[in-house]
Amino acid sequence: MEKFNTITSSVVPLPIENVDTDQIIPARFLKATDKEGFGDNLFADWRYNKDQTPKTDFILNNPNYTGEILVAGKNFGSGSSREHAAWAIAGYGFKVVVSSFFADIFKNNALNNGILPVVVSPEFLAEIFAAVNENPKATLTVDLVNQTITNNANGKSENFEINAYKKDCLLNGFDDIDYLLSKKELIEEFERKSELPK
Amino acid sequence: MTTNKQKGSTLFDKIWDAHVVSTIENGPTQLYIDRHFCHEVTSPQAFNGLRARGLKVFRPEKTTMTADHNTPTINQELPVKDPVSRNQLDQFAKNAKDFNMPIFYPLGHEKNGVVHIIGPENGFTQPGMTIVCGDSHTSTHGAFGTIAFGIGTSEVEMVLATQCILQARPKTMRITFNGKLKPGVTSKDLALYMISKLTTGGATGYFVEYAGEAIRNMTMEERMTVCNLSIEMGARGGLIAPDETTFNYVKGREFAPKGEEWDKKLAYWKTLKTDDDAVFDIELTFDASEIEPMITYGTNPGMGMRISDSIPTLDEVDEAGRISFQKSLDYMGFAPGEKLLGKSIDYVFLGSCTNGRIEDFRLFANYVKGKKKAKNVTAWLVPGSWKVRKQIEEEGLDKVLEEAGFAIRQPGCSACLAMNDDKVPAGKYAVSTSNRNFEGRQGPGARTILAGPLVAAAAAVNGKITMP
Repeated sequence: MEKFNTITSSVVPLPIENVDTDQIIPARFLKATDKEGFGDNLFADWRYNKDQTPKTDFILNNPNYTGEILVAGKNFGSGSSREHAAWAIAGYGFKVVVSSFFADIFKNNALNNGILPVVVSPEFLAEIFAAVNENPKATLTVDLVNQTITNNANGKSENFEINAYKKDCLLNGFDDIDYLLSKKELIEEFERKSELPK
Repeated sequence: MTTNKQKGSTLFDKIWDAHVVSTIENGPTQLYIDRHFCHEVTSPQAFNGLRARGLKVFRPEKTTMTADHNTPTINQELPVKDPVSRNQLDQFAKNAKDFNMPIFYPLGHEKNGVVHIIGPENGFTQPGMTIVCGDSHTSTHGAFGTIAFGIGTSEVEMVLATQCILQARPKTMRITFNGKLKPGVTSKDLALYMISKLTTGGATGYFVEYAGEAIRNMTMEERMTVCNLSIEMGARGGLIAPDETTFNYVKGREFAPKGEEWDKKLAYWKTLKTDDDAVFDIELTFDASEIEPMITYGTNPGMGMRISDSIPTLDEVDEAGRISFQKSLDYMGFAPGEKLLGKSIDYVFLGSCTNGRIEDFRLFANYVKGKKKAKNVTAWLVPGSWKVRKQIEEEGLDKVLEEAGFAIRQPGCSACLAMNDDKVPAGKYAVSTSNRNFEGRQGPGARTILAGPLVAAAAAVNGKITMP
């Protein structure tokens, strides 16, 4: 996994609540057997007309809004456990998703793909949308080491939560499988001791 | 959060604590997984990950593989037409072979079917287990008193490689349903009612235990429907303490313990309940007798109402949520304040891991018996497994349904997520017994109204939304 550093970037705002993983990547794109190419179909049904021409009113098709940070309304990533949603977001080029609330499985999937989900207060989120509305080039700075996010338009910062283990993984580019493989003996010992259903 | 030992333990605490292999300081728990279910859509990248790292599957006998998501529901005996889908199914078979997976149910196998149907049906699902699958409706298995939850593909790879997963311990919630459900009200109605009260994100971060008289009175299949929908309010999972109903269901199934082993397990399973003095992070109580047949009107499962109600007006919606609410109604072609009773519909889908079991087919068949399918309705009746389909035939329900103008298809996830050809056309209304009414879920532009099997049956014979 790629190492995560501090990011300062303009943002793509998506002020919609309850964006589910079926919107992030519709099921008909889940037939692939690799992780490549999902970025092309990120938000496919909002982004393209039936004839595959871009829907001009959708934010990803507006050249004024670019950047490595996606900012979305509350409860982002609800629904299906498909990790393809995280692959699509990463594939498109996003490294951070900011919202006031994330669905659990999506949050895990994002972290397992080097995407940082940043939870901010509803007020901070509203201020980001306002700043970008005023100036599409407005930027955010996300500092993982210090766990802060700064709205550079108004200079306000907030701290965000991430557990120390996951932070360490992101900063160093480690993943959970590396960790679990290092615990094989512990797992075998657990199996020997356990009288649980086998 | 850790268990407070002065107070009693919840059922969740007991199962979780029994599966902790290690705990990372300021980090997640390493949890041992007893049963892993695996399907063709969310697993290929995990097997490829093992190949890339040169790893074997650590405990192949603890994974059950079935093809269900991306499969046709007619002509399964013929080669799959869509080459991309066929490749995914071929890859699934190749992975089973390359990694020596002993439990593999490909298309057409007598034990093939929707992963959350075949798990319990064959006795893989047993009380006290930890169960995962690359599918959010893994919560279904919680009906047996298990910790069961959906995972991503990276986590599928972790389980294949180490039979473990790293998880943060969720908070706990208990939802108690006092009283009895009224006749004609199904467990699906109870679940849709609950989700409409909690909203689509209302239980995010929590593992839910369902309790109370209405839950105790339910059959295992009804309990599975409730636990299945836990994820639709954001819950990590939902579980119900096992009881005689549970034990009677599990006993005698192929992969269930037998003889002495059964007695030993049974003694353990009987200890699996929340202590009287245990404390939950949140407790909610509902009166089951107040619940009526439910439908959804919007584009998430939290947007539900009694079938006779009107859609909320804009004034009744939080200001922050109004844009999303209006967007949702625009997609559905509904207006704020509109009543949906009598609304004409185009499609009916009976099936999925939510309502694709024999009891669902019995309810549907009993309702349509002696009636005729409405001419304006296309109906897809998709059993959850080959075993369900066989039982439909053994009970003669297929004849009843045929006489009423309905055909039974072959098992699979089908129109629940419309990865196959079972797609509802754009703009058409589908009354669906599945679990999600998201935009495009049943096909691009499709408009889904979630309901229980009885409401679906009433819609199928009347061609419109009707009180069953």
